[in-house]
Amino acid sequence: MKVLVAVKRVVDYKVQIRVKSDNSGVETQNVKMSVNPPDENAIEEAVKLKEQGIAEETVAISIGDEKSQDVLRTSMAMGIDRSILVKSPNSLEPLAVAKTLSKIIEKEKPDLVLMGKQAIDDDANQTGQILSALLGWPQACFISDLKIEGDKLIISREIDEGIEKLESNLPAVITCDLRLNTPRFASLPNIMKAKKKPLEVIDISTLGIDTNPKIKIIKVEEPPKRKAGIMVNDVKELVEKLKYEAKVI
Amino acid sequence: MAVLVIAEHDNSVLKTSTFNTITAATNLSDDIHLLIIGKDIETLSNNAKSIYPIKKVLKCDNSKLENFIPELSAPIISNIANGYTHILAPASTFGKNLLPRVSALLDITQISDVIEIVTENTFVRPIYAGNAISHVETNQNINLLTIRPTSFDKCEETGGSASIEDVDFIDNEVKTTFIGREVSKSDRPELGNARIVVSGGRGMENSDNFKLLYDLADKLNAAVGASRAAVDAGYIGNEYQVGQTGKMVAPELYIAVGISGAIQHLAGMKESKIIVAINKDTEAPIFNVADYGLSSDLFQAIPEIIKELNLLNKLES
Repeated sequence: MKVLVAVKRVVDYKVQIRVKSDNSGVETQNVKMSVNPPDENAIEEAVKLKEQGIAEETVAISIGDEKSQDVLRTSMAMGIDRSILVKSPNSLEPLAVAKTLSKIIEKEKPDLVLMGKQAIDDDANQTGQILSALLGWPQACFISDLKIEGDKLIISREIDEGIEKLESNLPAVITCDLRLNTPRFASLPNIMKAKKKPLEVIDISTLGIDTNPKIKIIKVEEPPKRKAGIMVNDVKELVEKLKYEAKVI
Repeated sequence: MAVLVIAEHDNSVLKTSTFNTITAATNLSDDIHLLIIGKDIETLSNNAKSIYPIKKVLKCDNSKLENFIPELSAPIISNIANGYTHILAPASTFGKNLLPRVSALLDITQISDVIEIVTENTFVRPIYAGNAISHVETNQNINLLTIRPTSFDKCEETGGSASIEDVDFIDNEVKTTFIGREVSKSDRPELGNARIVVSGGRGMENSDNFKLLYDLADKLNAAVGASRAAVDAGYIGNEYQVGQTGKMVAPELYIAVGISGAIQHLAGMKESKIIVAINKDTEAPIFNVADYGLSSDLFQAIPEIIKELNLLNKLES
């Protein structure tokens, strides 16, 4: 079985983001960038499948500028065999991302596609579902457990009400939740080894897909700030404030 | 032109998120249709006729639709999409799982998690866990929107007299089989919709200690929530998680107990009207968003709060 993992380069989750002064977007220059956190869970799951002998080959793919090579090197340092960078000068909407992935999937023919359930920059939560529909493959989103027996998948997914269990078949598209596993740290020797692993670069213009944005960003603003609150001295004061000042209990 | 709302339900009643989404739709049109896809939904659909803003109830009733498999639901929606300027679904795990497939089938880019409708083609949505607010415009023939339920009030559930129609079931062969659902039963209010939420974090130390919060929640008729750290540590189930990748809540009162206030947790609760933080670490970032902060050991503070509430109740009765 061959596993393809889609990986996005995003502003590191620990960075306090800044809105650009011209309100055109969020500052991403000179900011620490990392692998999108739930994509790390997807990488971990793929590497585990390889270690268990279920997957023969694991491939990571990212779409972005030259710098997205970082997240592919990180993926390979975590244990992914090889990677593909689809070079795109512009950031793409989820629909265009899914179309790009489907083109690569035509060529690579993986049995399983894994990715994070959402990217923590745009918070769209769409790409896996769109890709599954474009390919006509089953989807399993927000998964917290995966078992593979032959070409059968047994899945637990996190839903608002609790956990849902599904059975499905390969090939499939799966989006990972943060509780699926604990992503490993790349060791220094593995980081060195990853530098020698194959990384293929494909220019997005050669894929023949429409990547023009369908949505225009008019402006990006800071969210409204909350007014500074007060510290209360004890429980009695807290309950009195809630009762007589805020009037919420 | 008409606007279509996709109903979230459990085959017997509509979820609150559906009523929030209908309110969002009233910003776009007076001609709102509600599509209910499910199994044995005759009663549910007939009841929905009286929802005030709804002009037409569309139902697709088939035994294969019992468990909301998106591979089956999406083609039903895309098949009738051409009659609508906008198709809306709640930004719950139900809507998130389903609407992007419709986006693929219609070749239209979806706008996720809308918190404000400015005009029929201009929308506001949070990005970066709510640390930036994006205003977007689109000129697509059909607008696909998921709606953040907490950003819109519930619509009037009665007073309407909608017509009702069946829509075609499209029988695709689907390889996904539903096995089961583990749903925690609780008499407390629904987390996404409660007037008061009491949430616990890693400071709760273990699952037994959450009983303290259940007691406080019951005293206040509140829902219980949790931080990701508490869910990751196994103190409580994932359905209680509040935050960027969990549930969004905006109650009148949010009480954060033993929660440090990571960015991704704040994303899920900072729209609450009043925020109370109880934490023994005075440096915890949760205090930066709290209206009332109490620096105290929660294991002493919570029983004391319950005692004070009992006293108040006695005074009032």
